[in-house]
Amino acid sequence: MQSIHLGGIDYAILFTYFIFILGIGWTLKRYMKGSADFFLSGRSIPAWVTGLAFISANLGAQEVIGMAANGAKYGIMTSHFYWIGAIPAMVFLAIFMMPFYYGSKARSVPEYLKLRFDEKTRGLNAILFAVMTVFSSGISMHVFALLLGKLLNWDYNVCIALSAVIVLVYILLGGLTSAIYNEVLQFFMIVLGFTPLVFLALKDVGGWSALKEKLIPVATSQNFAPGTWTESWRHLGSYTDNPMTASWFSLVMGLGFVLSFGYWCTDFLVVQRAMAANSMSAARRTPLIAAFPKMLFPALVILPGMIAIAMYQAGDHFLPFVDNDPAKGLNYNMTIPMLLVKYFPTGMLGVGFTALMASFMSGMAGNVTAFNTVWTYDIYQSYFAPGKSDQHYLWMGRWATVGGILLSVCAAYAASSFNSIMDMLQLVFSFVNAPLLATFLLGMFWRRTTAHGAFGGLVGGLIVPNIFHGLALPDGATAGIKGGWLAHIVGMQPISFHSEMGQTLWTAIIAWTTCFALTILISLVTKPNKTDEQLAGLVYSLTPKPKSENEPWYEQPVTLGIIVLVVTIILNIIFW
Amino acid sequence: MNFDLRLPIGIMFSILGVLVATVGIASSKSSTVLGININLTWGIVMLIFGALMLFGAMRGRNKNEDGK
Repeated sequence: MQSIHLGGIDYAILFTYFIFILGIGWTLKRYMKGSADFFLSGRSIPAWVTGLAFISANLGAQEVIGMAANGAKYGIMTSHFYWIGAIPAMVFLAIFMMPFYYGSKARSVPEYLKLRFDEKTRGLNAILFAVMTVFSSGISMHVFALLLGKLLNWDYNVCIALSAVIVLVYILLGGLTSAIYNEVLQFFMIVLGFTPLVFLALKDVGGWSALKEKLIPVATSQNFAPGTWTESWRHLGSYTDNPMTASWFSLVMGLGFVLSFGYWCTDFLVVQRAMAANSMSAARRTPLIAAFPKMLFPALVILPGMIAIAMYQAGDHFLPFVDNDPAKGLNYNMTIPMLLVKYFPTGMLGVGFTALMASFMSGMAGNVTAFNTVWTYDIYQSYFAPGKSDQHYLWMGRWATVGGILLSVCAAYAASSFNSIMDMLQLVFSFVNAPLLATFLLGMFWRRTTAHGAFGGLVGGLIVPNIFHGLALPDGATAGIKGGWLAHIVGMQPISFHSEMGQTLWTAIIAWTTCFALTILISLVTKPNKTDEQLAGLVYSLTPKPKSENEPWYEQPVTLGIIVLVVTIILNIIFW
Repeated sequence: MNFDLRLPIGIMFSILGVLVATVGIASSKSSTVLGININLTWGIVMLIFGALMLFGAMRGRNKNEDGK
């Protein structure tokens, strides 16, 4: 495979970037006086910064590498991750949920669960979340090292150490503030690094209409209708009509509602950014400010995948095979790196390569800051050492950062080989975030929800989809991590799905439904453990509506939310 | 917190812009892809972006001083 030869100037660019991210951490060091500064940025950050950090924290490997891979495999249908997935969820979070997250003064998502329900619900969520962040950050690190190793012929272990040390240093120095500020820097690096790449690739392929032409044989050669790669909604009538093997129902319910709302509305990794905002209004605007660039990201991350597969079909074989073995199929995860090599001369190559590094680091740092907060406040302070001084928790937070990164390194080495990183992360999320969404919706909007109900629902929402996962299996896969293990043990025929994606969407729907139904049932037969007074500020019907602060229209969350939704609908129609 | 993020963003992208644009001028042949000198063009774009951020930071600073 072609490897990158970085010139001196490219290294100079990379080096400049590292100087700045470490410099920001160094500058912020003197502001880290107490644990609230380290974990919550002292709730002092303006909305545009938290907004850009909000998307950047999610803009890790799964986004840049995974979405380009999905763009090649599924075409423009991948945009559903954004236009019926992320964007509506972000608007819902801003308008309906942020008043409770920010207004309750909870320091983390699990802590909200303690205030609303009880200790056991918080504990369960905190532990699951801590494990998940370590894994996410480990996967990010693993992909980073693998990629760098292949591209630059660097040693895998050196790459792991490099990424771990840089992220460690800037978070140790400046805590969440440092992570957030650097995420904004990374956001601009990624946008400015990839925009010219997409521009050149699109120009080379002959523009959008030529790309549409060239994607016709990609679709027809796999026995799909000619427009399958460029029309996002027309081929969702039946799961046999599109490469995602999704129907409109599994897509809207599974991806749009359960997975996306589950992730964006309950995952502390992103919610933490909004919690660091300097006012209620800024906290509510955070996801909305993030939504504007997020809407356009398909052009930056999905389009390159579509261009790459069109070029491949037309005879330009610049994509490598998995393990260089044609029998294993094309390695779609190499789309962006290979385009960088193909189009960028030394100079811009440094910029593009730095952007790629930035995306990995922002994903890792986001996970690490979420991990150290949940560990320190929700696990350590609750169970191991309650009632210590604030300085003690600041000290613990620093060590949790070190521990979190060490665990991520272990997770990176343990990361197993999955077809596509996104699929694996979604597999994990479908078990963890999907039931949590039901808990939050009921907790925030139905005052009768009890602590036992929430806990029982969550436990059921974790067990049932695992059993389902054990009984279902995508076609062509062997029983194991991809499913079917339970069917194999009891000797029955597994429930068959046409792809991992289809199976994941249904597992998520089942997880959510189980938790939703169980929580309601148990709540109806148990007594609420909190009085209405205790629930003020935590439940919709018991909280005074946020009054308008006489902001100009462009700072009003509801107005912004409506604009975001209208633009999203227009985008869906354009690419229908 | 008395720290304006626009300042480091502005400085960094100005530096990157100058670096990349210089490469574009110094070796315009190898910098040209599909008929565009991408190093020079995008170097200038990054420099303009950096300058705008610096301009914003300066204005913010003046405002702060007037307010005090």
